[in-house]
Amino acid sequence: MANCGCNDYSRTRLLRRAAAEAGQGLPAIEPGMPMPAGTGLTRRSFVSRATGLALSVYGAASLGPKAFEHGIAAAAAQAPANDRILVSIFLSGGADSLTMLAPTSAHPQYAAARPTLALADGQGTPLTEDPSLRWHPSLGGLAELYGEGKVSVLPAIGYDDANQSHFTSRHYWEVGEVNPFGRWGWLGRYLDQHGAADNPLQGLALGWDLQPVLAAQNVPVATVAEPDNFDFWTPGVWGPVQDKMLDAFGDLGDPATGDVGLAQARNAVAATGKLRDQLAPYQDGFTTPAGVTYPAGSFARRLRALAAMLEGGLPLKVVAIESGGYDTHSNQAASLPGDLQEVGDCLRAFQRDLEARTLQDRVLVHVWSEFGRRPDENGSGTDHGAAGAGFVIGSQVRGEMVGAFPGLATLDEDDNLRNTADFRGVYCSLLEQWLGVDAAPIIPNASSFARPALVA
Amino acid sequence: MLWRAGFGPSPGHAQALAALGLHGAVASLTRPAGAATLTGTAPTDEDGNALVPEDAYGHDHLWWLDRMVRTNQPLVERMTLVWHDWFSTSNDGVGQQALMLQQNELFRRSAFGSFDQLAHDVTADPAMIVWLNLDQNSRYSPNENYARELMELFTLGADRGAYTEQDVRQLARALTGFDFDWSDELGMHNFRYVPARHDNGSKTIFGQTGAFTWEQGVGMCVRHPLHPSFFVNKLWSYFIPTPPAASDRQALESLYVSGGYVVRPVLEAILLHPDFHAGARMVKPPVVLLAGLLRQLQRSVDGEYWVWYSDNAGQRLFYPPDVSGWDDSRWLDTNTVHGRFDVVSQALSDRYLDGAVVDEYDETETPEAAVAAARAWAGDPNLTPETVGLLTSFAADALAGAGGWQLSTYRGLRQNALRHLILASPDFQTS
Repeated sequence: MANCGCNDYSRTRLLRRAAAEAGQGLPAIEPGMPMPAGTGLTRRSFVSRATGLALSVYGAASLGPKAFEHGIAAAAAQAPANDRILVSIFLSGGADSLTMLAPTSAHPQYAAARPTLALADGQGTPLTEDPSLRWHPSLGGLAELYGEGKVSVLPAIGYDDANQSHFTSRHYWEVGEVNPFGRWGWLGRYLDQHGAADNPLQGLALGWDLQPVLAAQNVPVATVAEPDNFDFWTPGVWGPVQDKMLDAFGDLGDPATGDVGLAQARNAVAATGKLRDQLAPYQDGFTTPAGVTYPAGSFARRLRALAAMLEGGLPLKVVAIESGGYDTHSNQAASLPGDLQEVGDCLRAFQRDLEARTLQDRVLVHVWSEFGRRPDENGSGTDHGAAGAGFVIGSQVRGEMVGAFPGLATLDEDDNLRNTADFRGVYCSLLEQWLGVDAAPIIPNASSFARPALVA
Repeated sequence: MLWRAGFGPSPGHAQALAALGLHGAVASLTRPAGAATLTGTAPTDEDGNALVPEDAYGHDHLWWLDRMVRTNQPLVERMTLVWHDWFSTSNDGVGQQALMLQQNELFRRSAFGSFDQLAHDVTADPAMIVWLNLDQNSRYSPNENYARELMELFTLGADRGAYTEQDVRQLARALTGFDFDWSDELGMHNFRYVPARHDNGSKTIFGQTGAFTWEQGVGMCVRHPLHPSFFVNKLWSYFIPTPPAASDRQALESLYVSGGYVVRPVLEAILLHPDFHAGARMVKPPVVLLAGLLRQLQRSVDGEYWVWYSDNAGQRLFYPPDVSGWDDSRWLDTNTVHGRFDVVSQALSDRYLDGAVVDEYDETETPEAAVAAARAWAGDPNLTPETVGLLTSFAADALAGAGGWQLSTYRGLRQNALRHLILASPDFQTS
C-alpha cells in the first residue's frame, strides 16, 4: 500500500470494515462517520435451554453456550429479587421535540416557525411544571403517566456544538461521550465494570440487532429478536391443518437412515420440531395480566415480553430497544402522530403491566433520541436539529422537569434549540441514583457534569 | 444431477436433459455454447428499481442470485460458487463490492478452464490482494498470509508434508510486489505489481532455489506433486459426499495433469461417475435451495428481503465465514432449518391456493391422491418412501374430525401444506 501507515488510511480501512459489518447487526454507516460501538464483536447464536430464548450473544468469544447457560442460571439464582433494571429506549431518526412537547402561543415564534405543523392552541395537555408546553394529543399515554408523577421530562436535552449527523450524534449518545472514536456503549461499560463474565442476558437488546449502547468490551451481551415468536409462517395454511402440518414437519426428521447427508437433514429437522415444542408456551405471547392492553406491533410485543421475562426471573440488568421512523423530513403531519401514539401507548401499557405484576419499583425507562428537529419547518417536515426531548419514566422517578424549556426566541448558531441539560449528566444520574454505581469510571469527565435529580 | 451441478431444474429442463442421454446431458452442462442467456424478469430492489450491485447493500447478493435463477448455463454459476468457496474471499474484509464482483467475473470465466491460470489470476485479483494482505507483502516487510493460504487452502492442503514453514516464508518473498492506491473518490484502485516492491533475491521453495517471481511461485504450487491429489479430492467433494476410491482418484489425477491442469475433463469425469448418480445424498447449500426454488417456481428476484432470508438460512454470498469457505457439514441447525422453512414460505407466498380454489376444493380427494398431486406440483422431487408415508399420514390426519364446509376447505389447505412440507422436508434439503 502506498502511503502506508498514515492515519487516514488506517481510519479508512476501519471504516470500510465497519461498513461491511453494518449488515451484521449494527447501524448503517457512511464514509466519514464514526464506527458504531461494538463493531467487530463476535456474534454467535444459540437457544438458551435455561430460558427458552433464541439468543445472539456478542463478545466473550472464548466462552461457549454451556458457560452462558451456567452464567445465566447462576446470575438468576444470585440476583436479589429487587434488582433494578434500566431500559433504554431509542427513538431513532431524531424525534421532533416541538411536536411531542408543543409550545403554546406563549412562544410566538412557534406558530411562525411551523406554519403548517404547529399544534393549535387549546389542543394537547399542558404540563403542570411549564404550561407553555403541551403534551401532543398523540402522547396521551405519557401525559397520563406524567399526571401520576411517573415521568421526568427533559424538554431540551443535548450537548453543546451538536452534531447534526444521525450517525455521529447517535454514536455520541451511545458511547456516552462526544468522541467519534468511542468503541463501547456507555451501558456496555457499566456492564464491563459491574456485570458477569458469563451472563449474556445482563445486557439485552430486544430486536434483530445489537444496540450499540450495550456494546461491552469484556463481558457478553445478547439480542433476542422475537422472544415470543419461534413460530413458522405457513402461507395458505391455518387452523387445525396448520397445527398438524407443523407437527408433521418435525416428524419428517424422525425416520432413521444410513445415508449420512439425509441423516444430517433429518436430525436437524427433528431438533427444530422439538425446539418448537419447547418454546410452545411462549408462542401465543407471554401471559399479560388481565386489564393490561398493549397496542399491536413489534415494539409492544417486545415490551410485553420484557415484563414477562422480568417476572420470570431472568437475570437482566440493562435492556435496550430501538423504535425507529422519526426522521420526518417530509409528510411529518401524516406520519409522526401515529408513531408517537404507538410509543406513548406502549410505554403506558408497559408501566401498567409492571404495576400489575408489582415490578414497577424495579424498572426505570429512559427514552432518548439522537437530536431534536429544527424549529423552522421545511415545507411538510422538519430537518435535523440539536437539543430535543427526553423522558425518564417509572414509579420510582422523581417526576421533576430537568432543565427548562429554553424558548424559541434565542436559538443556537444553526437555528436549532439550545440545550438546557446534558445527556452525559443524565447518564451519571442514572448510574449513580438508579443503578447505584460510581459514574466516574464509566462516563468520561463525569465530574464535569451536573447531576439532575431523577430518582425519587 | 441438476441440483448438484446447478440449481435444480427449471420447468421442463430435467426432461430435456434426460432426452440427451448421460454423456449428452453432462456435455450440455460443461460445454455450453456462447454467452449465457438470462430468461425471465430482471431482478429489482423492493421498489422495483434496477439493482446497483456494485454499491447498494445486498445488491451484490441479489445480482448473483438472479444469475443462478435465470441462467441457461447453471453449471457455470455453480462452478463460480465452487471457486468462491475454494478461494474464499469475504467482503467483510474487502469492503468494496465492486472488487468482489470483479473477482466473481474472474471465477465465472474460469469455470471450466485452466486451474493453473486461475491460481495466477486469483493471486493478482484485487479483492484477494486486499483480503489476504498481499499489498502489505513487500520486500521491506513480508506478510505471509497469502503464501500460507495459497498452499494450505488453495493448492496443496495442510498436514500432508507438502510444504514447511520455511517454504511459507520463502514463497511469501516470491509473492512480494503487489500494491494499490486509495482515494476518497475511488476507494481502492490502481491495483498493480510494482517491481520495486518485489524481493529479487534468491529463494528456496520446495527444495528448489532461484530468484523466483510471483508467477513462478504460484506455478510451483500448482506443479507440486501433491497438488493433483489435493485438487481432485477437493473438486470431487463439491459434487460427491464420499471420497473417491484410490483408483478413481489416481485416474482423475492423471487426467488432470495430462490435460494441462484444465478443470473441464476432471469435472466431466466426476459428473459421469456412478457415485455421483447413485451415492449418498448431500445437503444443498442454502443459496442453492433458494435459487432452485425461485427457478422452479419461476419467481424473480424482487427485493432485498431475499438477502435476509438467505442469510438466515445460513449463506450470504460474498460473505463466507472465513478464508476456508463454508463448512458443508454445518449447514443445518435449528436456526438454519427454521431459516430454510422461511425461505420456502416466502417462495410460496404468492403461489398458494386461495379463495374459491380452496373453498371449492374436491372434497373426495384421498390422502394418497393429495400427496401425489403435491409431488407432481413440486416437480416430482426424489422423496424417500418414509417421507411419502409420513406425508400420507399427515394428509389423513389433517381431515380428522372435519365436517361440513371443512371437507372442501381443509383439503385445499392440506394441498398447500403438502407442497410446503415437500419443499421444506429433509429429503428436499438434500440431493
